[in-house]
Amino acid sequence: MSEVQNFKVTIDNITLEVPPGTTILNAARMIGGEVTPPAMCYYSKLQGSGGKCRTCLVEVSKGSEKDPRPMPKLVASCRTTVMDGMEVKNITSEKVLDARKGVVEMLLINHPLDCPVCDQAGECHLQDLSYEHGGSGTRYEFDRRTFEKEDIGEYISLHMTRCILCYRCVYTAEQLTERREHGVLERGDHAEISTLLGKSLDNEFIGNVIDVCPVGALTDKTFRFKNRVWFTKPVDAHCNCTKCSGKVRLWMRGDEVFRVTARKDKWGEVEEWICNDCRFHKKDVKDWTIEGPSKIDRHSVIGQGHYVGLKKTPILIDKVIGKNPKMLMDIHDVSDVNKPEIHLSQIQGPAHSDDFQKKDK
Amino acid sequence: MAIKLLLENAHIEGIRYYEAYRKNGGYRAVEKAFKMTPDEIVEEVKKSGLRGRGGAGFPTGMKWSFLAKPEGVPRHLVCNADESEPGTFKDRYLMEFLPHLFIEGLIISSFALGSNLTYIYIRGEYSWIPDILEQAIQEAKNNGWLGKNILGSGFDCEIYVQRGGGAYICGEETALIESLEGKRGNPRIKPPFPAIQGVWMRPTVVNNVETIAAVVPIINMTGEEYAKIGIGRSTGTKLLSVCGNVNKPGVYEIDMTISVEEFIYSDEYCGGIPNGKRLKACIPGGSSVPIVPANLLFKTAKGETRYMNYESLSDGGFATGTMMGSGGFIVLDEDQCVVRHTMTLARFYNHESCGQCSPCREGTGWMYKILKNIEYGKGKISDIDLLWDIQRKIEGNTICPLGDAAAWPVAAAIRHFRDEFEWHVLHPDEAQKRNFGLAHYADPLPVVTA
Repeated sequence: MSEVQNFKVTIDNITLEVPPGTTILNAARMIGGEVTPPAMCYYSKLQGSGGKCRTCLVEVSKGSEKDPRPMPKLVASCRTTVMDGMEVKNITSEKVLDARKGVVEMLLINHPLDCPVCDQAGECHLQDLSYEHGGSGTRYEFDRRTFEKEDIGEYISLHMTRCILCYRCVYTAEQLTERREHGVLERGDHAEISTLLGKSLDNEFIGNVIDVCPVGALTDKTFRFKNRVWFTKPVDAHCNCTKCSGKVRLWMRGDEVFRVTARKDKWGEVEEWICNDCRFHKKDVKDWTIEGPSKIDRHSVIGQGHYVGLKKTPILIDKVIGKNPKMLMDIHDVSDVNKPEIHLSQIQGPAHSDDFQKKDK
Repeated sequence: MAIKLLLENAHIEGIRYYEAYRKNGGYRAVEKAFKMTPDEIVEEVKKSGLRGRGGAGFPTGMKWSFLAKPEGVPRHLVCNADESEPGTFKDRYLMEFLPHLFIEGLIISSFALGSNLTYIYIRGEYSWIPDILEQAIQEAKNNGWLGKNILGSGFDCEIYVQRGGGAYICGEETALIESLEGKRGNPRIKPPFPAIQGVWMRPTVVNNVETIAAVVPIINMTGEEYAKIGIGRSTGTKLLSVCGNVNKPGVYEIDMTISVEEFIYSDEYCGGIPNGKRLKACIPGGSSVPIVPANLLFKTAKGETRYMNYESLSDGGFATGTMMGSGGFIVLDEDQCVVRHTMTLARFYNHESCGQCSPCREGTGWMYKILKNIEYGKGKISDIDLLWDIQRKIEGNTICPLGDAAAWPVAAAIRHFRDEFEWHVLHPDEAQKRNFGLAHYADPLPVVTA
């Protein structure tokens, strides 16, 4: 076999070599940290996904070594492959940050912002996105779009108002299950995820659409209003399942299993798909062999505790802009909750202020 | 006298049918083309400098030469007859009155591109035209111009007419391909371009009806002769569909050397503005292109005369110019309200957005709502800046050009007619009462003399 020549690509002044055919987004993910564009619709495990949400737009300031012209428009990094010698600007480009802010605002104008009653809150990608890239308020003054409520079965609840139409669940059903029952109906701003003539989604692996949904549009009915995700503790566990790998993440409080999801990597993507049985029916500790606390990246509210063996995201700001900006205050230094000697995963049950004060004395 | 290439025989009775068309020199170009090699035809089209007539103006010869030709994979030609741009109806005229010219162009183009299976994707609203086309195809087939082994060349070609569902977005080439394949008409993410992976993942060329029809005169008179017509990189003739406040709306063929002023005021073409009104603004290339006020329409910002061709119309960029577009020439007289007009367009783009990517899906609706508020006297001054900001964030950030098409009219209307927007905000009562035809508006318009 002939040796494949790697492509050299520079993203935000950081140069790395990647195999040909890698997308800009995946190259940026190899670096990690701030230079990785956010992705709401792209899902590396789903073929054909991406290009829709436009949050991963980046500026290509140099096309390639052969053709150094910059690309005229911002490009979707999830669907644009790198060329040799390409130079990409993400957080160093004003244009990108401005466009991304615009996209976040657009995504939010019709979003109900019902986070206080939404089961996804705390692990919601749209929350993270708007926190990291959005503006402080909205300029939208009209009624938000609403949809008629649709029942799509006993396991999954659909809140169409929260949907950002990333199409991930459509691809999941298409590529993972035997038959796709749902899809996008209508068009434009009244496009909606729906089933034709009120069918219910029941398929061995259909539960995975809950995991791929970046927002709270598809949530677990067996976990509905049971608890907030940040009160539950993620634990890796497995079982002998004949249908799937059986490797799951349990969300527990004390000895009670509140929710079962697939394990997700640091980009919020499912590592291995799990079947409906594991997800909805095994809600007892006895069903599972517990491996230990999950290693969750400092992402969203669910990752805010100091978990054992945590791998922190590299902070690249000095590499990107060439100097270290002065931080006014790091909340993690002053908050009691983040005292490094306290491991939330070693506390029985939910953490209380007592736990922290006890250690202090 | 203007040169007519496409509409030369349009007045002849029965030209819609094979006998009359053949008698008047029809299918001569096919006979000539089948004596050439496909590459020679592509070369001829390249020499002609023909530019895509659908709106973007991309050189057709170049597009054809980009077509991938892998061994053993069929290639397709798809004709985009999904003419949905508001103000554009030139293809309808061609297909309705000169179907054989169109079919003749298709046969030559199919031969040049090696497409044994050629599709015409026609918009659903043109409900009566597929019958005309199918009859023309049948007549061509009966006379040996289509089907197996055309003119003994060994080349087979079939043409199918596919009706669309009447969606504007299906005029975008990749959405058209999706729709043709029987899927939801969502634009594909490019690359790969249709020239590499188009219909059924095979190399495909998508061309406008007028572009295909223009191949016939190019073959008849050779590319070099065709390139002599017109000016600069705007070669040949262009069909324009004129509507709005003119005395003689309709489809005109121009050779791109006449000035805009002549086009609007001469009796040969539009015949001036009715009722002695003054010209206020014009959208020269279909609803998506920027609107230009009268003073910038006849003269460019540099003071040069503006001509009806690709370069001259886009002179000055979007700041002071516009685009040739698809040739949907919309004329507004002094009684027309630009705010209402822009609102109507925004409503159209909101309705026609496919909903795939977020800036277009959410932004078009937002713009429409704000424009509606302003038009009905409920707007605020800050809304105008907000509109500007929204269009800026849609433009260029979407999958397909629909986002741009939705943003440009709004941008241009605010750029040139900001005072009219402000008038609507500052005089809510009047704006509400006269919700159309505002107009003898605050600012004196430049007086235009024919």
